[in-house]
Amino acid sequence: MKKAFLTGNEAIARGAYEYGVSFASAYPGTPSTEILENIAKYSEIYAEWAPNEKVALEAAAGASMAGARAIVSMKHVGLNVAADPLFTLAYTGVNGGLVIVTADDPGMHSSQNEQDNRNFAPFAKIPMLEPADSQEAKDLIGEALKISEMFDAPVLLRTTTRVSHSRSVVQLGERKPLEMKPYSKNSEKFAMIPGFARRRRLALKDRLAALADYSEQFPYNRIEWGKNIDIGIITSGISYQYVKEVFGDDVSVLKLTMTFPLPKKLIASFAEKVKEIYVVEELDPYLENQIRAMGFKVKGKEILPEIGELSPEILREKLKGEKLSATFKPQTQLPSRPPVLCPGCPHRGVFYVLKKMKAVVTSDIGCYSLGVLPPLESIDSILCMGASISMGHGFKKACEANGKDTAVITVIGDSTFLHSGITSLMDAVYNRSNTINIIVDNSITAMTGHQHHPGTGYNAKEEPAPAVSLEAICKALGVENVVVVDSYDLKAVENAVKDAMKHKNGPSVIIARRACALLKGKGPKGLYAVNEEKCRKCKICLRLGCPAIQVKGDGVFINPLSCVGCAVCVQVCPFDAIEKAGDE
Amino acid sequence: MAVKSIFISGVGGQGTILAGKVITTALVNLGYDVKMSEVHGMAQRGGSVITQIRYGDKVYSPLIEKGRADVLLAFEKLEAARYVEYLSPEGTLIVNNIEMPPASVLVGKEEYPADIVECLKEEIRNVIVVDAVGVASECGEIRSQNMVLVGVLARVMDWPKDAFVEVIRDVVPAKYIDVNISAFERGWDIGVL
Repeated sequence: MKKAFLTGNEAIARGAYEYGVSFASAYPGTPSTEILENIAKYSEIYAEWAPNEKVALEAAAGASMAGARAIVSMKHVGLNVAADPLFTLAYTGVNGGLVIVTADDPGMHSSQNEQDNRNFAPFAKIPMLEPADSQEAKDLIGEALKISEMFDAPVLLRTTTRVSHSRSVVQLGERKPLEMKPYSKNSEKFAMIPGFARRRRLALKDRLAALADYSEQFPYNRIEWGKNIDIGIITSGISYQYVKEVFGDDVSVLKLTMTFPLPKKLIASFAEKVKEIYVVEELDPYLENQIRAMGFKVKGKEILPEIGELSPEILREKLKGEKLSATFKPQTQLPSRPPVLCPGCPHRGVFYVLKKMKAVVTSDIGCYSLGVLPPLESIDSILCMGASISMGHGFKKACEANGKDTAVITVIGDSTFLHSGITSLMDAVYNRSNTINIIVDNSITAMTGHQHHPGTGYNAKEEPAPAVSLEAICKALGVENVVVVDSYDLKAVENAVKDAMKHKNGPSVIIARRACALLKGKGPKGLYAVNEEKCRKCKICLRLGCPAIQVKGDGVFINPLSCVGCAVCVQVCPFDAIEKAGDE
Repeated sequence: MAVKSIFISGVGGQGTILAGKVITTALVNLGYDVKMSEVHGMAQRGGSVITQIRYGDKVYSPLIEKGRADVLLAFEKLEAARYVEYLSPEGTLIVNNIEMPPASVLVGKEEYPADIVECLKEEIRNVIVVDAVGVASECGEIRSQNMVLVGVLARVMDWPKDAFVEVIRDVVPAKYIDVNISAFERGWDIGVL
């Protein structure tokens, strides 16, 4: 059999291929993005980027209803957006198998929170599987589709960063050809008016009972008896790997893979044989609370942290009492290296202008979130996808209601605007909000690694697609003052903001447009250098926070290896000391 | 074989992910069980990035514990110092002799620590300092610095050279194959303590 070295996300995509999925939808979000990116490479599967996770799940629900096997993937916070269809899908159930992948981010490597999405499974009453490596990630897609069709239920597959973004060896199989299941109209199942929904609610109860029985027999829930049966560890997902790393077969392990519904008899049979039970899980005491409720004494979160990622060394210290072996100490006071806006990033100039404005700036989720950090420091708030426009609206209205005149500017990216900024802007128009809303349009979903969206003119398979026009949307919503400026033109950005401040009786929209500097063939060209004779060493250019501009001696220097030629620094220099030094 | 661990640190955009891909593909081809953990998303925007590789007969954790890496392969000096606690007391530090000042240093708020390499050498017995940028530009492509460093690592780990040359042929775009192979081979020559 062929083998490959895949990330968990690539393995999930491979699973979708091998197990006959023919419809896939997603909105990008770390650590889930590569699932759909890789599915899109298979010509046998229809794959699309949806504008947001709710739309993605609804589309997948439709594909499933039609009789196709479908998969939808998103990051943990994406499932909040998709929660509305999720909870009722538990009632309707499926026709073709439907798998919902949630990729959680403990430790917040690239997220605004670290919610534990395992809680969604009992909350929404849908079965859940948790892979512990790439092989399982692939295999469990097959199991999830089977369970989905057997029990008429959407299935949640929950990964974490260290499963999604770790590579391990996977045995590959072939795609099994699959006939689409027949669809026949069944509105009592699929049309959830209260009368029908009440009956489906009862059916859901029976389904969960049957799933609980199934969980007992599910072969991926397994006991690994160790040399020592006094100590038993119950674990799931990546935590299983850490347990095996630290304890090997010294202790006994119950590896849970179907973590909703839990196999209560299997847990009881394990718990009765061991003397002490430890539950090892990242984030919430999800397993721990349920096992406690079954009447077993366990140790878990009183020993292990419920914040951030676990690691083998945490288990070694907390469970074995081993101190860290002697290591080299880092030198004290190393300068930190947080992520920064890239050289040539079109967002930089916009934030430079905003910093000079006396305004409250509500912002959003994307590369431009980095505008909150020094030296730009132009952002007051970041909450969730789309919140910039609606929070700014609320802030402005509250100030007005209390007689305060505060300028409010909102900043949102193109992909985020299409995701969930449109309804917020509608609110601002409808309720006559005097906010200035800047769409920083770099014409791609940049943060997650350049995925297309409905505005880019290409689809998930890189084929030409109709491009949604941001200005047409804004005008159609009723925004009177819509202007488009070049993000690299600082004067134009500043003038647009100042003009918008005069505009009353409704919101303004400024579309600051420039392609992401990392987009192949679309970034700027050229090279700039400091003319040392003209430079007065005022260092105003350093306020841009461009990684290409650095202190050198008592003056500044533009690193020719980093400079991409956006010429934004040329515009901030009061002495015209930054000059063109090349074309490439 | 007992599990071995390679900890790679660098700055987003330096090619650490491709280096990891070449290393792990070769190790998988050699028949080892291999795991690799990467970080994607926000940190890649010029931030501090790490790739962790573990291989042997059977690997569980994709994460390396502090004090247990056989090699710390640092693509940048500051990123060597930042992760030095992961290196085992008997381990080898391979450090690319370049400075990439982070934002706070660029704007003059913090100082880039002087003599990082000298300090590390005082503490660590096995240190190889590599001018990967210099070697790579001699090979004709400055961006092949990552393959120079992979070459040094392969020699230190006593991995079969041919297995890597084969993988570079498979992974690298056609017009860069020769440059990358010569970069790897130059690194291989350097990788002696």
